[in-house]
Amino acid sequence: MAAVFSTALLDVYGNPSSTHRAGQLARQRLEEARRTLAETLRVSPAEMVITSGGTESNNLAILGLLRNGSGKPLHAVTLAIEHPAVLEPFRQLEHEGVAVSYVKSVAAVAAALRDDTALVSIMHANNETGEIQPLAEVATLVAERRANGQNIYFHSDGVQAFGKIPVDLASLGVDLYSLSAHKIFGPKGIGALFVRKNTLLQRIQFGGRHERERRPGTENVPAAMAFAKAAELAVGSQRDTVAALRDQFEAQLLNCLPDIQVNAGWAARLPNTSNILFRGVSAEALVIALDMRQMAVSTGAACSSGSLEPSHVLLAMGLTREEARSSIRFSFGRYNTPTEMAELVDAVVDSVNKLRQRASKEARLAG
Amino acid sequence: MPDKLPIAVAMSGGVDSSVVAGLLQRQGHTVVGLTMQLWNQRRLPDLVPEGGATGRCCSLDDVYDARFVASILNIPYYVVNFEDRFEKQVVRPFVDDYLAGRTPIPCTLCNNFIKFDQFFEMADSVGAEKIATGHYARLSFDEATERYQMRTSVDTGKDQTYFLFGLTQPQLARTLFPLGGMIKPEVRVLAKDLGLPVAEKNDSQEICFVPNGDYAAFIDAYFQEQGIDASVTHGEIVDTSGKVLGQHAGTHHFTVGQRRGLGVAAAEPLYVIATEPETQRVRVGRGADLMKASLMARDVNWLSIAAPSEPRQAQVKIRNKHAAAQATLIPTQDPTRIEVRFDDPQRAITPGQAAVFYDGDLVLGGGWIE
Repeated sequence: MAAVFSTALLDVYGNPSSTHRAGQLARQRLEEARRTLAETLRVSPAEMVITSGGTESNNLAILGLLRNGSGKPLHAVTLAIEHPAVLEPFRQLEHEGVAVSYVKSVAAVAAALRDDTALVSIMHANNETGEIQPLAEVATLVAERRANGQNIYFHSDGVQAFGKIPVDLASLGVDLYSLSAHKIFGPKGIGALFVRKNTLLQRIQFGGRHERERRPGTENVPAAMAFAKAAELAVGSQRDTVAALRDQFEAQLLNCLPDIQVNAGWAARLPNTSNILFRGVSAEALVIALDMRQMAVSTGAACSSGSLEPSHVLLAMGLTREEARSSIRFSFGRYNTPTEMAELVDAVVDSVNKLRQRASKEARLAG
Repeated sequence: MPDKLPIAVAMSGGVDSSVVAGLLQRQGHTVVGLTMQLWNQRRLPDLVPEGGATGRCCSLDDVYDARFVASILNIPYYVVNFEDRFEKQVVRPFVDDYLAGRTPIPCTLCNNFIKFDQFFEMADSVGAEKIATGHYARLSFDEATERYQMRTSVDTGKDQTYFLFGLTQPQLARTLFPLGGMIKPEVRVLAKDLGLPVAEKNDSQEICFVPNGDYAAFIDAYFQEQGIDASVTHGEIVDTSGKVLGQHAGTHHFTVGQRRGLGVAAAEPLYVIATEPETQRVRVGRGADLMKASLMARDVNWLSIAAPSEPRQAQVKIRNKHAAAQATLIPTQDPTRIEVRFDDPQRAITPGQAAVFYDGDLVLGGGWIE
């Protein structure tokens, strides 16, 4: 991926909209990248819009569908545990007169649908817990309404799922699907939105006729090429090994530490994600302690200053503020080794024990 | 000799704490920078006037500055979120104090419960035994009494010991105040010398989470956010004989000694002499009515000396900008309460403020004025 990217920076410098040979080469490479992405998802290249990443893809899907200028009041349904790049565009649309239902789970979608529901947006997999959502159930509901003449679309934020579980957009039943390169070892600042043919999507930014008039702006060709390469590598990689590593990690922690729990451990999850509640431990303190030992983990959400806030995902799942503040997300990649995993277990066990010792000492002093 | 263990520096993005980080590093210590996120500036947005406010903590600009300083020094740096705890232990008591007719000092509560308490947990996480802050105060260990002692800073104009009287011996044992022996111009020179981009930054002012020092507006906005009916604080302005002179829009708009904003016409200047939460009354009187020769202090903490059993002489400050006045400290049967008898009556002794006891530059201890 890095080789593709760095070579492209030197060799593919033309503007793909230009007439000259350098531009033609860039156009050719861009369309190859688009074709590769489309093939990994089993859709048509014309249905792939290249964007600057997951946030833009989600914004384009949601704002592009609901800001359609019809003047009719519209309704949308989404999950309370969605990424802020989905929730925030919906909040903005609420200011603009759109009604939005934030439901707790997919099971509640059917009851939330209305005759004026124009969009359902359900993430494929959650970024904090890895929980995979049953998209097919939603697709069926949407399809039924559409068969009855309702103008309704189905979007899914696939940023976390793509590359980690098989994604076949030909059979998934979604109309729009967001992707980001950097979640699959690609570069930051590049992503894509799948837009099914005949979906009436409005532009949300203006200034050119790029991407079939859906996304103006000169295309980032080297990044798109690197994205396509990363997608190829991710789709072809062995996923079982990551899952085995993650499962072993959880088993060892549960074995070594009392009062811990795997959040959403009961659910179908991505193979790489593990979200663990360490009762009585400040997640923030644990993240810092692990970083000082060269282990990069994170909690749910960082606020604008970079400090950590209790995760809205865990709160929506029913955890208390205190529990959310004691939960950490571990993400594994296919380049992690069993040795690294063993070191991580040691570091976590040691840090948690130390932090708990301090907490109990404080409680004794206070008592 | 430098400590082997890292020192956790509380970095606010200002010049003082930035210099602390740079200075300790220059002395050979391993330094880790931590910024405490205490208050979300996006709350109570109506409070911020156009063009921004002064004296606000935890603004994105300050965090940006602290991060930039840490990157120049090439030290690990983290922002830690203490918002829940800050609200519970500083902001709420601050509001409650005003409603109870007192004039609180949130900075002292913040020092006692956040900066020298919660912060230690974060210091533990980075493996630090000691913490350092940019406060202006001096610390030393007295072999004879086996106590850590606090003295006023060399720069008397910057001295912050008035806000630090609540610290305990275990807290002092882990704390460094590297600026206590310096004067502010030296600190600015050092900031330049260390190549820190904050050398020219203005000093922070007032209560950090209250924009422009307008705490009454803050409390009104906080009431609104929390759905509290502000009219419960409205009441009458009365004179010393109980005669009603007018109405007021909340006891929290008044503090003892205040002259302006009473909205009452009188032949001679009138001052607030008490706010009475039971009746929501604000009592006003002449300047002479403000003078008192004694006070009771509660929740007394002894810093540099053990609790005295006999009366002893001291100089006592009853607010930060007060020139310490000679007094006698008289222990009561309750070791956490002490009577302070001033040699000369003092103006506007204000419940909720701290009475801090000094013997020369030595900080003996302090308590809250009842």
